[in-house]
Amino acid sequence: MEEKIIKQISLFAENKPGRLANIAANFRKAGINIRAFTIAEAGDFGIIRMVVDKPDQAHEVLHNAGFTVSETSVLGVEMEDVPGGLGKIADVLGDKGINIDYAYAFVTKTEKALLILRVNDIDGAIKILNDAGIKLIDMANIQEI
Amino acid sequence: MIEYWNPLIERMPVDELEMMQEKKLKNLVNYVYQHSEFYKNRFDDAGVKPEDIRTLDDLKKLPFTYKSDLRDTYPTGMFCVPNEQLVRFHVSSGTTGKPTVVGYTKNDIHEWNTSLARALTSIGVGRGDVIQVSYGYGLFTGGLGLHYGAEEVGSTVLPTSSGNTEKQLELMQDLNSSVIACTPSYFLFMSEVAKQNDLSIQNDTKLKAGIFGAEPWSEEMRDRIEEATGIKAYDIYGTSELSGPLCTECQYQDGIHIWADQFLIEVIDPETGEQLNDGERGELVITTLAKEALPLIRYRIGDITVINKEPCKCGRTHPRIMRVLGRADDMLIVRGINVFPGQVESVLMTIPEVGEHFLILVDRVNELDVMKIQIEMTDEAFSDKVNDIIALEEKVQAALKNVLNLAVKVELVEKGSIPRSMGKAKKVIDNRKL
Repeated sequence: MEEKIIKQISLFAENKPGRLANIAANFRKAGINIRAFTIAEAGDFGIIRMVVDKPDQAHEVLHNAGFTVSETSVLGVEMEDVPGGLGKIADVLGDKGINIDYAYAFVTKTEKALLILRVNDIDGAIKILNDAGIKLIDMANIQEI
Repeated sequence: MIEYWNPLIERMPVDELEMMQEKKLKNLVNYVYQHSEFYKNRFDDAGVKPEDIRTLDDLKKLPFTYKSDLRDTYPTGMFCVPNEQLVRFHVSSGTTGKPTVVGYTKNDIHEWNTSLARALTSIGVGRGDVIQVSYGYGLFTGGLGLHYGAEEVGSTVLPTSSGNTEKQLELMQDLNSSVIACTPSYFLFMSEVAKQNDLSIQNDTKLKAGIFGAEPWSEEMRDRIEEATGIKAYDIYGTSELSGPLCTECQYQDGIHIWADQFLIEVIDPETGEQLNDGERGELVITTLAKEALPLIRYRIGDITVINKEPCKCGRTHPRIMRVLGRADDMLIVRGINVFPGQVESVLMTIPEVGEHFLILVDRVNELDVMKIQIEMTDEAFSDKVNDIIALEEKVQAALKNVLNLAVKVELVEKGSIPRSMGKAKKVIDNRKL
């Protein structure tokens, strides 16, 4: 089950100019690629969430640059890039009482859509999604994108 | 086994101490009346003659002196000795207007060193200790004051002054510093730099005690420092007008012993000027009993505290002042409510998710005071769920409201974004145009 968990990089950032540029510059120097990216914004601050090809290195680089950063376990679900893809996943999890804390999606070169999910019970979610025949991707897939 | 620098004085029965104070007070009023134009005028204006002061109880007949008197008589208008008898000047920075100048005779320096020698001995510091003095050296009294006090007790001084923190940590390790003296803010910064360099103050240094002062700090901050670094953190009290850093807590860390043969202390109601009873909270007023160059009569130092005359477990009979949470000057009045930055610190330090650094911002928006407190997000407290962060802000807001009786806005900011200080930290920015 472990290998189906994706390490997402989350960081705390004040809502002020230059924060994203700073992160990007650090990644460029370290040769880290961002696969998926979202900002949850709440007034004075925001939380930046990213899936990258080298999460451990990204964590170290950002930590050394003085950011408050953590690695968070999330799931990556492969969906057909057609209407109804998201609904199916939400239904399966909802039926079994698993709550989605947050989700964001991106489209890959292979015309699949990838949905990143943080849930309140990650092991339970993996089992339920597997049983429902929904494909979860792992870190190796992320690196190949 | 409790050690004393001067057991005879430090353990003197209270009635004998008071007799000594009475005698010194009578001499003092005669001395200042004869040697200072300033005091002569001040006494005459108040209709008091030196011979009116016969007992300690007559102290309340004497007029107060204020920090503004020192500024108004800048540079040396209140001095009681000619300049050639001075062996040193210190100058305190004037945040408002002119600075204040303090002069010392040879004996004033001796008394200052004696006060610190007793204090250092009371926390078990003496021969064999290496004291890293990280207070600023120069016009500020912190550096040189601790320096000579430490030499007096036979400790080895490492006079690093403040700044150049990585070098300080290197020397702390290489020369086995066992005691550090600096502002609590600077020690926090030093601990932070140590952590960044994978250095543990607890395991990689010989540091056993810190002497922290020159800015108010809370009991809760003490717990934090002691827990994080394994040292004993002692509070030190003093101010340049009284010579400099003077007195500390003893090993029992329960109030600062103010040497009664050198200082006469009282607590007053800051509004009416009336003396308060022991144990009542009010404004500290100090009369110097041993200073020659710049004696101060009923000096309104402005610190808010409580005097404790109960006998101390250490056997010293001299009165204690309980933790000073702030100087009256530091007090903010927000929407009519008095707020000391020290109160804010006390509350914040009881919340484990909150780091050691904070900044109070006060502004006036639409004729209404608003107080905002910035705290830093820590690695430990960070959650990547927005709701968790908002819940943390609300938790801190509720805790502050409960103690201050005032609604404040708490804002989490990035770690490292609140300015660090090598000396006295600036914890309040008041943008109101009052």
